[in-house]
Amino acid sequence: MSICFSGNEAVAYAMKQINPDVMGAFPITPSTEIPEYFAQFVANGEVNTEFVTVESEHSSMSVCIAAEAAGARSVCATSSCGLALMYEMLYVAASDRLPITLACVNRALSGPININNDHSDSMGARDTGWIQIYAENNQEAYDNFIMSVPIGESVRLPVMACMDGFITSHAVENIELLETDSVHGFVGAYEPENYLLKKENPLAIGPYDISAYYMEHKVQQAEAMKSAKQRILEVGTAFEKLSGRSYGLFEEYRMEDAELAIVLIGSSAGTAKEAVENLREQGVKAGLVKIRVFRPFPSEELAKALANTKAVAVLDKSEGFSANGGPVFAETRSALYDLKERPYLINIVYGLGGRDFKTEDAEKVFARLARIAATGETGLVYTHMGQRTREAIV
Amino acid sequence: MIHAKDINERTPWEEMTPGGEIYEPGTARDFDTGTWRTDTPVFIAEACKHCMLCVPFCPDSAIPVKNGKRLEFDFMHCKGCGICVTVCPFAAIKMVSGGDAE
Amino acid sequence: MMATNELVEIRWHGRGGQGAKTACLLLAEVAALEGKFVQGFPEYGPERMGAPITAYNRICEKRCTVHSNIYYPNYVVVVDESLLDSVNVTAGLKEGGAVIINTPSSPEEIRPKLSGWTGRVSTIDARRISEEILGKNFPNTPMLAAVVKVSGVLDVERFLADIEDSFRHKFASKPQVIEGNMATLKKSLEEVQEG
Repeated sequence: MSICFSGNEAVAYAMKQINPDVMGAFPITPSTEIPEYFAQFVANGEVNTEFVTVESEHSSMSVCIAAEAAGARSVCATSSCGLALMYEMLYVAASDRLPITLACVNRALSGPININNDHSDSMGARDTGWIQIYAENNQEAYDNFIMSVPIGESVRLPVMACMDGFITSHAVENIELLETDSVHGFVGAYEPENYLLKKENPLAIGPYDISAYYMEHKVQQAEAMKSAKQRILEVGTAFEKLSGRSYGLFEEYRMEDAELAIVLIGSSAGTAKEAVENLREQGVKAGLVKIRVFRPFPSEELAKALANTKAVAVLDKSEGFSANGGPVFAETRSALYDLKERPYLINIVYGLGGRDFKTEDAEKVFARLARIAATGETGLVYTHMGQRTREAIV
Repeated sequence: MIHAKDINERTPWEEMTPGGEIYEPGTARDFDTGTWRTDTPVFIAEACKHCMLCVPFCPDSAIPVKNGKRLEFDFMHCKGCGICVTVCPFAAIKMVSGGDAE
Repeated sequence: MMATNELVEIRWHGRGGQGAKTACLLLAEVAALEGKFVQGFPEYGPERMGAPITAYNRICEKRCTVHSNIYYPNYVVVVDESLLDSVNVTAGLKEGGAVIINTPSSPEEIRPKLSGWTGRVSTIDARRISEEILGKNFPNTPMLAAVVKVSGVLDVERFLADIEDSFRHKFASKPQVIEGNMATLKKSLEEVQEG
């Protein structure tokens, strides 16, 4: 079915089609509409979900943890400071190996307080042990949320399905929806082997680990995250059979012979694709890699995709305050280390707190890459763009 | 199914349960925490009125009860905290130094 | 009328509470019903009644991947005339484009307030139309009809049929609203002045 939906409507609709057992619900801009729409589905009797309203995001995630441990498929939605308030519980969900699906509608973190989009919230949670999948538009937000359920449940890790706040969440666009029966079939029933409400064998979840055991459990988690990569690809293949839409660990756009490339995440990738097209018309071999799966990070695959480029700009929509570049840059630079011949690599932090990213901005980045490729001079490796400044670097 | 008693400090990560889940109840029974004791309670049976006040106060469920009578301490699990001595109204329990009553 | 295979970009200027965002999303929805690829999105600033707000539409025959705001629109819709004193509404407006303003004035009367814009100006007294027909100041519905007519981005007859379907779906529980809104749209199509 073809329809016009905002990103939030699309994800709420995906949740309705999944018909989860439990939703832990607490509002925060710009994700608020997701529990709002879902509450209507509950009120109309369109889903069987236990809709649990709580007093904070720490509690909404706690609800999901308890429900999932009990054997119930659980979903949640949040943004920004809400995700930050969940921080402790994100670790609990992941280390207790509870495959909760969380819609993260990306928004800047305070302060100064700001409601608009960047990736600071989910990037801050990148080491919590959650799988992270990012969407470029509302179609991907819908598709990714549905795929997150079988991905997470098969490797027993929680999944954060991320989309850009306002830019995606509040923009209506055309979207192709699956039939509800197809979604049901695709996600299947949630049948964990062991759960708290299984009367045959009582279960203890989250017991204290002394040093003699903790490390082994962390290795298990790390191995599960490694195995998730293959699982994400398998689920993507199955989803393509159902929908005709293809999903990998990242999207390569005009990369076949690209000499200059941008690596980035989310809605800005769509804007940058226009720049790639404009430059291709001028004969510039420009290309783009849109990271879809940030956790697990597709290190070897990305290195292969960038191996034949001359100069690459990694665009980070969050400031890691490492004084050494943003998180996407750190991962990408690490991924390229094992290549025999590496492209020049720069990092540009952009779009913080909703600072708009335009086609012309992407074109400026490519112009800088062209200069680097021509001269072999990288200049400053880690810079920002879009801010008012006495002297613009990009 | 992996049982808690089969996991110990030599078990490789591949053979442990995900997240440390435990698939059976009452597994504390399998662990000898009585070796942690530095002081030991001594039960003076002739002074005991079997009022049962000590039983719910024991944090380690180390005072067995049978047919309305409290029995000798379960020294596999008694950690020697001495709470039972404090709550006993009849001076029917005393503490002695060391991990053993002897 | 604009060639329909080209991207049409529309920028809405309004004040919080006037329904500019709603009209923008409705335009996207109706255009999608006609098989177009669309975007409709608001730009969020301070969220309060009366604050100037901006919303955007992209309408095209193919999917548009650009997700930035619109800086060089083909059409600008001004839902509140008083914004002309504080916002340069024609900034970046493309040559050959038009600005459509909610005002009782004629295009020539309003032109001096448009920072030297020499292109097409359309006016519509959306407040009066909505007050006469709906009994309240809901300027967004007449503005929606005006932008459809002036831009030619959608076929007018099909637009009316599709939006009526959409209203029937949206207002299923209060069908009395549909007639008034449809009458408002038709009145606006008749009255919009192009100069």
